[in-house]
Amino acid sequence: MNVWYGLLGLLPFEWAQPGQMYFMKHALLAVLVVTPLFGLLSTMVVHSRMSFFSDALGHSAFTGMAIGAICGFREPTWAAVIFALLFALLFNVVRRRAALASDTVIGVFSSTAVALGIFLSTLGGRSFTKFNSLLIGDILSVEPAKIALLALILLLVVLLWTASFNQLMLSAVHPALADSRGVRVFWQETVFSMAIAVVVTLSMTWVGLLVINSLLVLPAASARNVARNMAQYHLISVLGAVLSGIAGLMTSYYAGASAGAAITLYLAVWFALTFTFRKK
Amino acid sequence: MRKIKHGKLSSNCADSCCLKLDGLSVRLEGDSILEDVSFHLHCGEIVALIGPNGAGKSTLFRSILGQMSYKGTITFSPAGGPAIRLADGTVTGGTRPLVGYVPQAPSFDRGDPVSVLDFFTAATAKWPVWLPVPSKYRTRAAACLARVHGEDLLDRPMGVLSGGQLQRVLLALALEPVPHILILDEPLSGVDIEGEHQLLEMLDELRTQYDLSIFLSTHDFATLGQFADQVILLNRRVLKAGPPDDVLSSPEFYETFHLRMGKGGAG
Repeated sequence: MNVWYGLLGLLPFEWAQPGQMYFMKHALLAVLVVTPLFGLLSTMVVHSRMSFFSDALGHSAFTGMAIGAICGFREPTWAAVIFALLFALLFNVVRRRAALASDTVIGVFSSTAVALGIFLSTLGGRSFTKFNSLLIGDILSVEPAKIALLALILLLVVLLWTASFNQLMLSAVHPALADSRGVRVFWQETVFSMAIAVVVTLSMTWVGLLVINSLLVLPAASARNVARNMAQYHLISVLGAVLSGIAGLMTSYYAGASAGAAITLYLAVWFALTFTFRKK
Repeated sequence: MRKIKHGKLSSNCADSCCLKLDGLSVRLEGDSILEDVSFHLHCGEIVALIGPNGAGKSTLFRSILGQMSYKGTITFSPAGGPAIRLADGTVTGGTRPLVGYVPQAPSFDRGDPVSVLDFFTAATAKWPVWLPVPSKYRTRAAACLARVHGEDLLDRPMGVLSGGQLQRVLLALALEPVPHILILDEPLSGVDIEGEHQLLEMLDELRTQYDLSIFLSTHDFATLGQFADQVILLNRRVLKAGPPDDVLSSPEFYETFHLRMGKGGAG
């Protein structure tokens, strides 16, 4: 961390000066780790039409938190991660077996999980307000240990992307073709949705449930406007996410508004920009 | 178009390679999809599968591809070699046959940022295509596309290809590596007349060049006589099989497609 503080000391911002405002320095580092993560995942979320699924995951993640709180976990986040993983696995199993459209299955899971979450968190007349902070998120509360965890997740996603992006893309394009070339479509989709589950759950405390899905949709949606191949698609998606992340954090610092919302607004601007210069 | 007819319809295929389906039946959730389907597919032969929608054509393909469970046997005998059962992959000497598969054209949106090179590399190489593709894979993809006269398509996004171009890309993919049996699911749908001629010429070229069995489904009866060596009329069971003229003039054909006898050249 000291290297990071030292590097920031070179910047001409008042919060970057040595010996103060550690929360802001941590937040910037967290943004630099989280945004490429979302930029990467975003490409496949959009490509395989999973944006509704990631939305459902976000909305049901607090259910896991509620379960964790009831079971007396000191860190309810881990209960939430386990819940999200089970949610993703079960969803993929049901989607494969049921003769229903994907969005219908998502609707079933999403509403069940949200209802369960509200039921459990209000059980015995308790107030729901303690979960309000999850809805908005607070990037300024991030601690170095959590940043390290997110960096580890980023590394794992990059590894996953390197090992199995090709199979994942083929599965999304044409499952039967992928199968004929030896791709295990079900497992590809399951591992991918589990990766989304972990990332969404771990980062919702800082990004905020209400806007987290925008980070999974907007970067790639913008990149699609202009990219002509997969390499450009990824570059523009990650670049948009990182730039919007930095700009959003700065804006939120100086304007005193929620960082998650500011980042999303910059992503919307990025979308508008790429839309203006879209390929014909 | 050239007419090449192979006289390999005899039941004895001991000395040429051959895919044999024997008593193939498939049931899905209690419904019978295929019943007692038996026929032989010889190397160097183009066999067309025709039948109404829901006749079980795709199911038949998927059985050969090993994506469905079925009753009955599918065996492959390479030229002069011992037979291989496909179901469980039990290889009694020799190698399992490679089946190339050209699926019904996948749907790409116009805006999909997948270039032909991306698609090809993703399906044939380990290099993750979200990184810029090195020239080594580029050269290889170009060589494969050259087999279907599609080198110039390499950097085009998949979403802007015409029906015929998309079929050629999928064909190039199915030919890498060169398979023993090539299966094409409705390759002529969504392809204009010129693309259709190009595609059929190419299949003809391929079967002589590589001695492949080509097995395709189609609804285009008008061109059957020009390219197919054998036609199989399927509607859950094999209703009629033989040379195109025989099948197209049979009462089974007219009955299946609700045509009146005497009016030839159905389309």
